[in-house]
Amino acid sequence: MSVAAKTGAGLVQITVPDLPGGAAEAVLERWHVGPGDQVTPEDVVAEVTVGRIRIEIEAGHSGLVEHLLAQAKGAVIAPGAPIAVIAARGEPDARREMSPLRAAAAPCPDLAEPPRPFRSPAAGAAPPPEPDETARVSMRDALRGALVAEMRADDSVLVLGENAAEQGGAYKVLQGLADMFGPRRVVDTPRLLQGVAGLAIGAAFAGLRPVVELRSFSLALQMIEQIVHSAAKTHYVTAGALHCPVVFRGPTGLAARSGAQHSQDVAALFARIPGLSVVQPSDAGDAGGLLRAAIRAPGPVIFLEHELLYGSDAPAPAQDAPLPRIGAARLLREGKDVTIAAIGLGVRHALDAAHALEADGISAEVIDLRSLRPLDSASVIQSVRKTGRCVTVEEGNPVGSIGDHLAGILMREAFDWLDAPVISCTNADVPMPYAANLEQLAQVGVTDVIAAARAVAYR
Amino acid sequence: MPSDTAADAPVTTEELTGFLRDMLLIRRFEEKAGQLYGMGLIGGFCHLYIGQEAVVTGLSAAARPLDRSITSYRSHGHLLACGVPPAAIMAELTGRASGLSGGKGGSMHMAAPERGFFGGHAIVGAQVPIGAGLAFADRYAGEDRVSFVYYGDGAAQQGQIAETYALAQMWNLPMVFVIENNRTASPGSPKQVELTALAAAHGIASEVVDGMDVLAVRQAGRRAAQRCRAGRGPALLEMRTHRYRGHSLADPAGQHSRDDTRRIRAERDPVEHVRRRLRDRGTGEDTLKRIDDAVREEIAEAARLARDAPEPRDDSLFDHLAMVQE
Ligand SMILES: Cc1ncc(C[n+]2csc(CCOP(=O)(O)OP(=O)(O)O)c2C)c(N)n1
Ligand SMILES: [Mg+2]
Repeated sequence: MSVAAKTGAGLVQITVPDLPGGAAEAVLERWHVGPGDQVTPEDVVAEVTVGRIRIEIEAGHSGLVEHLLAQAKGAVIAPGAPIAVIAARGEPDARREMSPLRAAAAPCPDLAEPPRPFRSPAAGAAPPPEPDETARVSMRDALRGALVAEMRADDSVLVLGENAAEQGGAYKVLQGLADMFGPRRVVDTPRLLQGVAGLAIGAAFAGLRPVVELRSFSLALQMIEQIVHSAAKTHYVTAGALHCPVVFRGPTGLAARSGAQHSQDVAALFARIPGLSVVQPSDAGDAGGLLRAAIRAPGPVIFLEHELLYGSDAPAPAQDAPLPRIGAARLLREGKDVTIAAIGLGVRHALDAAHALEADGISAEVIDLRSLRPLDSASVIQSVRKTGRCVTVEEGNPVGSIGDHLAGILMREAFDWLDAPVISCTNADVPMPYAANLEQLAQVGVTDVIAAARAVAYR
Repeated sequence: MPSDTAADAPVTTEELTGFLRDMLLIRRFEEKAGQLYGMGLIGGFCHLYIGQEAVVTGLSAAARPLDRSITSYRSHGHLLACGVPPAAIMAELTGRASGLSGGKGGSMHMAAPERGFFGGHAIVGAQVPIGAGLAFADRYAGEDRVSFVYYGDGAAQQGQIAETYALAQMWNLPMVFVIENNRTASPGSPKQVELTALAAAHGIASEVVDGMDVLAVRQAGRRAAQRCRAGRGPALLEMRTHRYRGHSLADPAGQHSRDDTRRIRAERDPVEHVRRRLRDRGTGEDTLKRIDDAVREEIAEAARLARDAPEPRDDSLFDHLAMVQE
């Protein structure tokens, strides 16, 4: 793949092509060429990754490499971003020209289109001050910052993961940590997941605070016996003799076009287990604090991230902002007609739906559940007492979903306030298919949320 | 077969007396647990260690005070060997508030980390990578400790154990893998392969040991621990031992034939072995009897307490779950 943009005077920029799944960014893995090298259109000039997907960028033109724009391995680059300039010879490959050309954009990291920020939680009547738009943080940097802060504060905190030191982990959250903390505290693990899970749990029993990075929570299914039995239950069955302060973190939910065994949401699966805490930040502003709270928690925490959110950004929280309490939901938007309680990527859909519903005169209140165990059902009940209606949004499959669990609680504890049955928006009850159209059909989206909100509002 | 004989292991009479007492404590405890089980005072799973006493007793003698250990569901002997009072273990078996786990765990879920014992794990093999984590933590902290990680022959071919061999070798973990090979695993052992070869494939040094001889066990344990302490990485000891009883009290399968057990008991019983050595050194019958009586009394008292103790309070149901904020 390659997109070459003409810059005039025979100079052509090689830019990052559109990325799979519409990803907003890729990570530079390595250069195959350097300044002065001759290239032909098919020559691979660089490799980038989007999640687990490795993409080769071809020159698209013949000529001499003038200079490289994005130098460092690990640099985060957006589609359309120029990465190299070549002095072109001859005509560009016609096939390449069929790719949409983009105007040369400014170099990263300013390149990433800032996603619409979430509204800040409405605290009482006073609207919160407008966040300082200059101080923004990406989800990836927020997570990394949390790790750095906790590792600095406490020598017992360490990170283990595949390519943790070598490549900064699958999504570069760990980028640079090995340089800061060395191989003792940033540990590359082989793909021996049962073994690594048990080892991290044992290390926690012995007093460390390991943070295990998974390149996908699908892989945690090879660890689940250790997580469920050894991490979650041992504290209880030994009457508190053993403590297990371990964090398992990594992406869950949609992994675009990755198929059923990589693309799935495990939130509800883990949320069923007493003894675990399960949290999932929905935006970059909340992610850092939540991860710090998870690392400090006295017991095991399943910390769920989302591949599509690593590059998202949000106003950076103040340095001295108090850490969130695990088990507390966030009110992201006030409304009076319907409560939308959502998780992870579902929070985006909820906010987008709320925005669209506003045009129809339906005022939606949006709650980011963010902690699935403990589940802050009290906040949802409080909201439903006001709105009388509730829609939930999550990516998991419907059976045993968080939404249905919440619906059950609302039925028992807020029956008199409900004006309509609760609707749980989830993925379809199928393993995630590969084909683009089927994948989209299976995946919960904003239109599902809008339809559900209209249904419960009888509009 | 066994690579060591007791002959070259110097031992004092005092040490021998200690071994006798420690092994008798385990044996009498397990016999009493069997009785209480028969009386319906203990429920569910209860895996007895009778016949294997020399393994944990010898390795505990090889260990230093701060060393760590971890084992499977067959854990009563390990708890006793690290000094947990029998009454606390027995009360756990009867599901009482004064049990080591407050009645929440039962036979398979007890731990005493302050004594270096990290449980008590019910799923076959799960304790092995966890044990590697204990050793990992010590290496991380620069602590001069060794972790003794026990598992059975039925577990020894598991994937997670092969993974642990790889991790332990790769990170040079100060741990001793201890296979308690009683050549039986309910509901049936996997076809026996050379268990040490599985570890050797990962470069782990190993030894086959006469697990019925507490002195041979101690010697081998010392060698293995010394290897760890010298920074030469993990070691494995395959203890050839014999379990006299069935797999568990609820599941008498996985038992050796009665004749086999009778013969081994007569010829190689670990407790009798030490008693004989003491006799050879001139220890009188009255001394031996005094030891036995004291142990019986201690166990009888533990059983009495375990029977009389109250059940856990109803409101303890949700204790030890608040894992988020303390
Ligand atoms: C993964 C798993 N499978 C099966 C069981 C049931 N089970 C408990 S003990 C056991 C036999 C294990 O034998 P071994 O490892 O030789 O130990 P031993 O009982 O002889 O001490 C089995 C099959 C279990 N607890 N965990
Ligand atoms: Mg066995």
